[in-house]
Amino acid sequence: MIISIASGKGGTGKTTIAVNLALTLAETESVCVMDCDVEEPNVHLFLKPRFEGSSKVTIPIPIVDEEKCNGCGKCGEVCAFNAILPLGSHHVLTFPELCHGCGGCTLLCPTGAIQEEPLEIGMIEWGHAGSISHIHGKLNIGSPLAPPVVNAVKNHTKGSSPNVISIIDAPPGTSCPVVASVSGTDFCVLVTEPTPFGLHDLSLAVDMVGELGIEFGVVINRAGLGNGGLFDYCKAENIPILAEIPFDRKYAKCYARGGRFIEEFPEIKKIFQDLWHAICVRAK
Amino acid sequence: MKIAITAQDKSLDSEFDSRFGRCKYFAIVDLETEECNFEDNEATTALGGAGVQSAQFLANSGVSSVVTGHVGPNASRALEAAGIKVFVMESGTVQDAISAYKERTLRQVSGATTDSHTGLNMPRRRRRS
Repeated sequence: MIISIASGKGGTGKTTIAVNLALTLAETESVCVMDCDVEEPNVHLFLKPRFEGSSKVTIPIPIVDEEKCNGCGKCGEVCAFNAILPLGSHHVLTFPELCHGCGGCTLLCPTGAIQEEPLEIGMIEWGHAGSISHIHGKLNIGSPLAPPVVNAVKNHTKGSSPNVISIIDAPPGTSCPVVASVSGTDFCVLVTEPTPFGLHDLSLAVDMVGELGIEFGVVINRAGLGNGGLFDYCKAENIPILAEIPFDRKYAKCYARGGRFIEEFPEIKKIFQDLWHAICVRAK
Repeated sequence: MKIAITAQDKSLDSEFDSRFGRCKYFAIVDLETEECNFEDNEATTALGGAGVQSAQFLANSGVSSVVTGHVGPNASRALEAAGIKVFVMESGTVQDAISAYKERTLRQVSGATTDSHTGLNMPRRRRRS
C-alpha cells in the first residue's frame, strides 16, 4: 500500500504527518518513507537514517550530428519546450537546460542525426532508520526539472513486497512535481491548517487529486487556530476529516528541534493510530 | 529588407514591448515598401523556451534585425545562430522604433542583456515544469 502526504499550502505539516505516521506503524509493520520533496528534502532530519547507497538521476538530452541533418525540422516541431532549434540543413542548436528528456526528437529524426547523452539533474539516496527504510531525492541546484528525480525515488522501491506500507512525503503545491509524487498512490492525505490560506490552497489540491482519481481525506494541523471556513468547506464538499492535530507551542518546539511527536507526547500517538485506521477504511 | 519590432498592440502608434520572447506581437516591417504586418506571438504562453521559439519565428519570417528591450541568454544564442541582429531601445512606439532604426540611432547588442525568464516574471503567470 502506498500513501501520499500532500498539501496545497506549504508548511502545513506534511513531513510531521509522514514521519509520525511512519513511526507509529513501524512498531508493527514494515514501513518505507519516500521523501519526494526533492527541492528540499527534510524527512531525514527527523528519521536520522544511515544512508547506505546512492545513484545519479539523469535525463537523455539530444546531441546532433549536423553532417547527417537534412533540415526537415521535425525535431523542432515535436519539442514542446523549444529545447532544439533547427535552422535549415546542417544547422541545429540545442538548449539542454530546457530539455525535459522525452526523446521525441531522437525518435522522429529520419536520418539518425540525433544521439542521446545523459545529463545529470540530481541523485537519490537510500538507507534505514531503525526498521524504517528511507529513500529521498535531491534535485541539483539550478536544475528546474523535479519530476524525473521524484520518479527515480518512487521507482527505487518498485518490486518490493506488497506488505510494505510506503509513505510518500510530497512537495507543496499542485504543480508537476506534486502530480508525479501523488500519481499511482492508493490514498492521498491532504494536510492543511484552518486558515483562509490553508483553505484556499487545500481547494486547489482537492481539485488535483480529484483529477488524478485518487481517494483522499484531510488532516487538519494546528486545529484551534484560524476560523471555521475549512470545516464548512469539508462538510459542503463531503470531504472526510481524518485527524486533527491541536495547535500548541510545545509541538512547534519539538518540530524545530527535529523531535518526534509520538515519542514525546503520548496523547499524539493515539491520533496517529486513529489516522491510520481512517485511511485503511477508505483506501482502495 | 525586413526587420521585426516587439509590440504591445497591433498598430504603429502602440508601445513597443520591452520583452523579446514573450512580447505580445511582432511588427514585421518591410523597409523598402514601408509595409507593416502585425503577427501574434505564439510563444507568449510557451511552457519554456519562449525566446528560442520567438527567434525561430523571426528566422522563418526572413527578418535580418529585431528591435526589442531585452534578450535573454537562450534568445540571444538562437538569434545569433539565425543571423538576426539585435537592436535595443528603452521606450517608444513601434513607429519610433522604425524611425530610430532608419536613422541608425539604436544600439546594437551581442549576447544577452538580461537573465532567463525576465519576460515571464513581468505579467503574473503560472509556471509548470
